[in-house]
Formats: sequence, structure tokens, C-alpha cells
Amino acid sequence: MRHRNLKIALLGTTLMATTAYAEDVTLTIESWRNDDLTLWQEQIIPAFEAQHPGIKVEFTPSAPAEYNAVLNSKLDAGSAGDLITCRPFDASLALYEAGHLSDLSSVEAMSNFSDVAKSAWQTDDGSVTFCVPMASVIHGFIYNKEAFAELGIEVPTTEDEFFAALEKIKEDGTYIPLAMGTNDQWEAATMGYNNIGPNYWKGEEGRQALIAGEQKLTDEPWTAPFATLARWGEYMGDGFEAQTYPDSQNIFTLGRAAIYPAGSWEISGFNAQADFEMGAFKPPVRSAGDTCYISDHTDIGIGMNAATEHPEAAETFLTWVASPEFAEIFGNALPGFFPLSSTPVELQDPLAKEIAEWRDECESTIRSTYQILSRGTPNLENETWGASVAAIKGAKSPEELGAELQEGLSSWYAPHQ
Amino acid sequence: MNRPRFRWHIVVFLAPAVLVYTAVMIFPLFNTLRLALYTEVDQSRVFVGLQNFQTLFFDPIWSEQFWNALGNNFWFFLIHMLVQNPIGIALAALLSHPRLRFAALYRSAIFIPTILSFVIVGFAWKLILSPIWGIAPSMLDAIGLKSLFAPWLGKEEYALTTLALISVWQFVGIPMMLIYAALLTIPEEILEAGEIDGITGAAAFWKIKLPLILPSIGIISILTFVGNFNAFDLIYAAQGALAGPDFSTDILGTFMYRTFFGFQLQLGDPHMGSAIAGAMFAIILVGVCIYLFGIQTRMRRYQL
Repeated sequence: MRHRNLKIALLGTTLMATTAYAEDVTLTIESWRNDDLTLWQEQIIPAFEAQHPGIKVEFTPSAPAEYNAVLNSKLDAGSAGDLITCRPFDASLALYEAGHLSDLSSVEAMSNFSDVAKSAWQTDDGSVTFCVPMASVIHGFIYNKEAFAELGIEVPTTEDEFFAALEKIKEDGTYIPLAMGTNDQWEAATMGYNNIGPNYWKGEEGRQALIAGEQKLTDEPWTAPFATLARWGEYMGDGFEAQTYPDSQNIFTLGRAAIYPAGSWEISGFNAQADFEMGAFKPPVRSAGDTCYISDHTDIGIGMNAATEHPEAAETFLTWVASPEFAEIFGNALPGFFPLSSTPVELQDPLAKEIAEWRDECESTIRSTYQILSRGTPNLENETWGASVAAIKGAKSPEELGAELQEGLSSWYAPHQ
Repeated sequence: MNRPRFRWHIVVFLAPAVLVYTAVMIFPLFNTLRLALYTEVDQSRVFVGLQNFQTLFFDPIWSEQFWNALGNNFWFFLIHMLVQNPIGIALAALLSHPRLRFAALYRSAIFIPTILSFVIVGFAWKLILSPIWGIAPSMLDAIGLKSLFAPWLGKEEYALTTLALISVWQFVGIPMMLIYAALLTIPEEILEAGEIDGITGAAAFWKIKLPLILPSIGIISILTFVGNFNAFDLIYAAQGALAGPDFSTDILGTFMYRTFFGFQLQLGDPHMGSAIAGAMFAIILVGVCIYLFGIQTRMRRYQL
């Protein structure tokens, strides 16, 4: 008897719950950013729901390393969420081509973003955009302000000043001039080659020309960064060949090194670790007065599952993600991940603010190897890691490295054949 | 004459093991070999015969990586054969000495690294050898030999040998234990008979014990061969999937992993990955066959 009552009661609550939900639309977000779970639950989603009664949002992240595989199987099984966080370039492009992501080109709010911002989530011809850009990371150098003041070094703006500063730090001997190692290889390419490179190949101009086949990796703008990297070697710490990425982070935050070739994603970690004041400077230009170019690399976007049952609600959410309001919440909660919307955002973190201001002074571009060029075998991005390390170690000349990379690229990429 | 009844219980008792083994070992193995014969064109799987193997062995982009990985694998194996196994045998010979004190302690101490995870060994040694925080540079400094220190794991010419020696450190306990067990089975009477004939000390080891443990050494060699050609974990834990610096520590396992699952912007290619796995399988199979038919059958055995 008591059992039956319990069953009826349970059934009743289930029915009530279902009716309560029926009035609201619930959107589920797929993401790999499980680090950001509390940010979404406590700040972003409440802000959205307050303005859009009737739409509920759930953020359901999975582990970063598993995300692509989990998402693919969920999409194939038809159980994926309504909104999908997009990895940049080929991973998301493949989803669009397989019909899993909706075409968002007609969404009005897309005009809030520049072409560079959208390039990571467009078809190769740029005709269709399938994800709303959320955030990018910017490359540059983070430095120890106290060390600079102690040694009387001005923040360098040109390459000559940069190397003069390194030389001065090295002579003094208190600090390791550059906190970087080559053991993990990717820093050499990401924080080395693609950090200083845009000043050589003139950002988008060179990158587009390379994709179109008008420039080659053997051309001066593409080999010269290797020549500059070759000069970095002598300013990196003892045994940099076996120095790993966490080693470099620790050396810098412990105050043992003066300059850290960085990506802006380091900001929150460094703020927590370092007890000295930090500043940032953009990649030094080749000669005073040159236009500066920065790598403002698109990293996260969000798109709509083509099979969603609530396309209107999903579009409402995406429009809101494209708005300045979202940009402000996101940019401040995650200093170092910069919103991509064209409307400027007021950032609170001083270091993040300093870096974000470069966007006004310099031309933005993305990492040269990410779009289209890393589709074949050999993989240009991976090859660039090895080449940048070889340049720093002085194992090969810039011309040899350029020739090797070009040979690999021409072996599969039609515009270069 | 009664025809013997078919013994059903044999089938029944074998079935669980056969089924489980087939499901988790035999089927995946053959399916991987089958996968190597396909490729993906426009999101659908197409049969291409041996083309993947042709690419692997003859396309310069692939073959260069393959031969590099295979060569590194042979070097890795050679170090184990030249360092790990002789040291293991020597340790076993010392441990089996009747008058050695604390033998059990040494035996456990030397064997313990074997049960550690590759990840722990990889990271521990990376820290020990780190030029920044490591104790290796300061220890060398303390005895005035700092100049001998180099960032070994970061140099193309030393990295693979260093990793092979780390692996030797980890696994030297295995040959030691196997040989130790073999040495214990040698009856005292034989050694005493030798002693009467004037064979004692080191001569007893070379002339009596070594011939008697040769079959065990053969087994250890083949275990080392299979283990080394399947190796992956240590390199991956210490140097990552790109097996730096400049692929100098790339072995077949890391090459296969990178190709099969993809890496960074390189998308995974299960078909080429399977082709590499197939090549690894073939190499190990040939190696084991050479041992089984070429060496083991000719090895002389003694009745103890």
C-alpha cells in the first residue's frame, strides 16, 4: 500500500516536472572547457537567462583530450547538445562538411566580427561561416618589470633594442635573459616563429599570399624569422635543450628570468604564481616606425548543431554570444582569452588590458600554419616545430629550413606545385 | 573396443578463455591488419590493397620516418642487449653467491623499479636530469665533474641512448630474477663434482653455470626483443608524441601512435597507422621466428 502511494507520488512529480520543462526550451552546450564550468554556471548562463526568460541553458563540458572523439560519436548518434563549442580550423570544418553544424552566415550579429576573427570557422572560400568566434589568444613577450627597472632597461620596441636588452641582462648575470626551452618543441614554433614572424611576412598579407601560392617558405619573409630565432639561443638558460614548457613557466614566475616569450593564456597562471610586477611588450619590429603585426590567434568559437530541435532559441543564444555584453563577461572572467567582437571591451586585468591594446596599434593575424596548410602529410605545423628548434640550436641554416619546409608543403599542396 | 567418448568438458572448459582471447586479442589484431588495406576517400572507406605499405616503404616522406624509427628501435634494443642483460646476469650471479649478506634486500631494491609506472619513471628521470632543477648537475658539480654534464635528453646525439639507459635501469630486475631462478635450479652436486675436478670460482661460472642458464638467456633475449619493439610508453612520457629532439628518439611505437591518432593539427589516419602496426607485427614475428627455429632448436640442453 505504501509502495503504491510512493509510486503514484513519484509519477506525479515526474509529470509535473515534464510540464514545467515544456514551457521552457533547454539548450545544451558541448564544450572541452571543463576549466570554465563555474564561470558558465555562475556568470554567463545566469546573465543570459535573466534576459531571455523561457530559455534554459546547460553547459556540459567533457575532457579536452577526449572532446573531439566524444563530440563526433554524439553527433553521429544524434545525442549531441544544441550548441557546439568549435575548435578552430579543420576539426570544425570537417563537422560542417559532414552536415553537423548549421550555416550561420545569415545571423545578423556576425557583422560584429572582423574577417580575421571569422577565418577559423569559415569554408576555404570564406563564403560560409559556421561558428560564432568567442575568444583569441595574443602572442608577445611578458617581462619582469622589477628586473627591467633594476638593470635600467627600457622596454624594447625594435629588434635592435630587443637584442641590446638581452645582451645587457646576460652581461649582468642575475637573470636568465629568455625563459624558453626547446625540449617540448612547440614553444619554439608557437611562441618563437609565429610570435615574431608576422612582423616579417606582414601579417595577413603574407599569410594569404602563402596560402594562395604567391609566396614560398623559401622567401626572405619566411626564412628571416629563423635567422632571428637563431640569435635567441645564446640568451636562453643553461641546458635549454632539455628545458620543458613548465620549466620555463616556473623559471619566469620564480623571478629567475627576465623575459618570457608568451601567449596571453599564461596571464591567469602567472598572476597567481609570480610575486613581482609583470608587463608585456609586443613583438619588436625590424626597424623603428614599421607597422607592427601581432598574432591574434582565434581559439574558441561556438556553433549550432544542425540537428537541434530548437533552432530559434539556439540562434538567440548565439546572437547574445556575439554581443558586447557576453564579450565583457567572458574577457574579464578569463584574462588572456580575448573576446573577438569588434566593439572594444573594458578589461580589468592590467596585463590583459595592456596586451589587448596592441590590437589598436597593430594589424592582427593568426598563426601562419593553421589554416589549410596543415592538412597534408607532412604536417606543416609539426614540421615548423622541428624547424624552429633547429634554428634556435643553430643546427641548420634558415635557408635550409625554409627549403625543407617548402619541399614538404609542395609535396601535397597544389598551389605550391 | 569402445570408441572413446568425445570429451565435451574440454571444449566447455576452454571456451571462456578462447572466447575472451578471440574477442580482445585475435579479432582486433586481424581487424587492424585488415584496416591497413583500406584508405579513406571523401568520408568513405575504400579498399586499396597494399598501397599503404607501398607508401610506407617507398614514399620518401613516410619511408624516411619509418627507417629512422626502425633504426632507433634497433639501437634501443642493442643497448638493452649489451647493457641490461649482461648486468642482469652479473647481478644474478652475485646474488646467488651463498656468502653474500643482505641478498634479499639487494634483490628487492633492484627489482622495485620494474613495478613502477613508465610515467613515474619518465618524469622522475626527466627531473633528475633536468639542467635547471635536477640533482644530476649538482651531484656532478660536487665531485668537480660539472663539465661532463649536458642536457642529455635535449641533444639529438644522446637522447635515445639516455632513454635506453633509463629503460635499462627500470627493467634490469627482470633478467636478474629469471637468471637468479635458473641459477638456483643448478644442483649442488654438479658444482661439487666440478670442484673436485679443479673448477672453482669464476671458472665454475663460465664453464658450468653459464652453459646451464643459456636457455634462460635465450628467453630473456626474445622477451627483450618483443618488449623493445613494442616500446612506446617511456618515450611518450619523457619526450611526447613528437619524440624530440628532431625525431631522434622516435621509435615504431611513437611513430604509429602519431600517425594513428593524429597529433596537434595532424589529423589521425587509422589506415596508415594500421599499416605501421602491421609492419611492427611482421618485424616482431620474423624476429621471434628466427629465434625459435634458428637458435632455440640448436641450443644444447643438459639433463640435470
